[in-house]
Amino acid sequence: MNEYFGSYAVVVVLLLIGLGIFAGGLFANRLLRPNRPTPEKLMTYECGVDPVGEGWAQSQIRYYVFTYLYVVFAVDAVFLFPWATIFAAPGYGMTTLVEMFVFLAFIALGILYAWRKRVLAWT
Amino acid sequence: MNNPGPTLSDFGHDPLWISIIKAVAIFVFLMLGVLFGVWTERKLISRMQHRYGPNRAGKFGLLQSVADGLKMGLKEDLMPRTVDKVIYFLAPVVIAVPAFLAFSVIPFGPMVWMFGHKTPLQLTDLPVAVLLVLATASIGVYGIVLAGWGSRSPYAILGGLRSSAQVVSYEIAMGLSFVAVFLKAGTLSTSEIVAKQAGGGTWDIFGMHIPTPSWYVFSLIPSFLIYAVTMLGETNRVPFDLPEGEGELVGGFHTEYSSSLKFAMFMLAEYVNVFTVSAMAITLFLGGWRAPWPISLWDGANTGWWPMLWFFAKLALAFAFFVWVRASLPRVRYDQLMAFGWKVLIPLNLGWILLAATLQALRLPESNRNGILAFGAVVVIAGLGIWLRFDTVNQRRREARAAEVEEEFEQLREEPAAGGFPVPPLDLPHYHGVVPSARAPKEEVTSGSN
Repeated sequence: MNEYFGSYAVVVVLLLIGLGIFAGGLFANRLLRPNRPTPEKLMTYECGVDPVGEGWAQSQIRYYVFTYLYVVFAVDAVFLFPWATIFAAPGYGMTTLVEMFVFLAFIALGILYAWRKRVLAWT
Repeated sequence: MNNPGPTLSDFGHDPLWISIIKAVAIFVFLMLGVLFGVWTERKLISRMQHRYGPNRAGKFGLLQSVADGLKMGLKEDLMPRTVDKVIYFLAPVVIAVPAFLAFSVIPFGPMVWMFGHKTPLQLTDLPVAVLLVLATASIGVYGIVLAGWGSRSPYAILGGLRSSAQVVSYEIAMGLSFVAVFLKAGTLSTSEIVAKQAGGGTWDIFGMHIPTPSWYVFSLIPSFLIYAVTMLGETNRVPFDLPEGEGELVGGFHTEYSSSLKFAMFMLAEYVNVFTVSAMAITLFLGGWRAPWPISLWDGANTGWWPMLWFFAKLALAFAFFVWVRASLPRVRYDQLMAFGWKVLIPLNLGWILLAATLQALRLPESNRNGILAFGAVVVIAGLGIWLRFDTVNQRRREARAAEVEEEFEQLREEPAAGGFPVPPLDLPHYHGVVPSARAPKEEVTSGSN
């Protein structure tokens, strides 16, 4: 096996074993379990009362602005990982430190702006 | 004495059959871990609540989870009429499979001899191993959201929504809390992070050499504390078990999964996730499989198969921490949870990363110390200035608000009905009941008279 991709291939092997185990489990379960559905059993559970409406309840997602911020910050965190890895390597040090201060200052400005605009609070 | 353990170059040499043995061992370990983990949790939490817990199936109720698992495997599985069949069926698989995947990069121990091969006690290691753990954790959340969506039930969808809110608020703080570790270790590979925690430096004060503790939990304590909070959020455990919230949402995202094998898979994934985040905490902060201090004085402590024992002991302690938290804390409201993640954990984390990076830069040999110190002083003064400005503004706001409230009270004291509620006047003569002695003496009425 190629050495570098060998380590990744093992992860794939584990994934396949996992899929196999769960697929096998679900299949065995299908053979072993009884199956006697009735209309009452197949009703959506709403605490014993007949379900109201069709399927999903309409609900207000109060945090959708957070999800935009999430994208920004998740990418930001991914940028931080390689920086942190090579930070102590010879030849980096000071310059990278200042650069990261500048970068995080921009990001912090972003979160402060969102905070000030009361995005980080529920309406 | 210090055996630094395997590094990245030790991986990828295993023959396939050894990889398969290790993979199956991981599965068996996790399955048994879940069975007895559930038992441990129930037993421990019932002791904390002054009850016995399961004690019927087997000695000390040890076989309770086995019995529950068998029952779930043999029970009728309902697929409610309105559900989205494909998503409903796939969601438990999506949550359970990646949960196991993360354990492939967890180091259990150093190099050992296994059937004539020298191999590390770890399935595999990647240059980006920690990223793999983060990735599998995020895929697991898809399972929860999809289960909530595919169930087509109000409770389930509320659970799914809450789960995504939780990810949005906690995953970043979790990722950021790793950054300080990468700064110190200079790598993302789990085995090398453990190797870097092998020996600390010494601290020279007045000619004395005081050995500094080598585990990152000591040098990076803010990161560890933030990670400890986010790992509760990541695994949907109390106090952040909002997606299930059994007091509010029946079962949350798994309401429609009756007591079937699919429900068992959700439970399995939850416990495996608990083990995964605990194992990550151990690997990144608590020295991995290395023996704790008094034991580490023994030369053989970090060689051979022994480290597996230390690893399991640490895992058991971390799991006990989860149970302890569950017994102690109530569930938080979910806007509080989001506010905590965004307004406390993330800014704190960013600040701490910068501080840690500056400290790290001071220690580099070629660094310009005076430059860094001057730069740091400028940043600190600027930060203080901004904080003072905000603080005075906030102070003024708080005082204005307090004055407003005081004024309102003043007004209500004078005319109680001003608030819009019909309240009795405060100076109304009170009814104090009738004092027995003040009553007229009762005339005795004998029976039979009239």
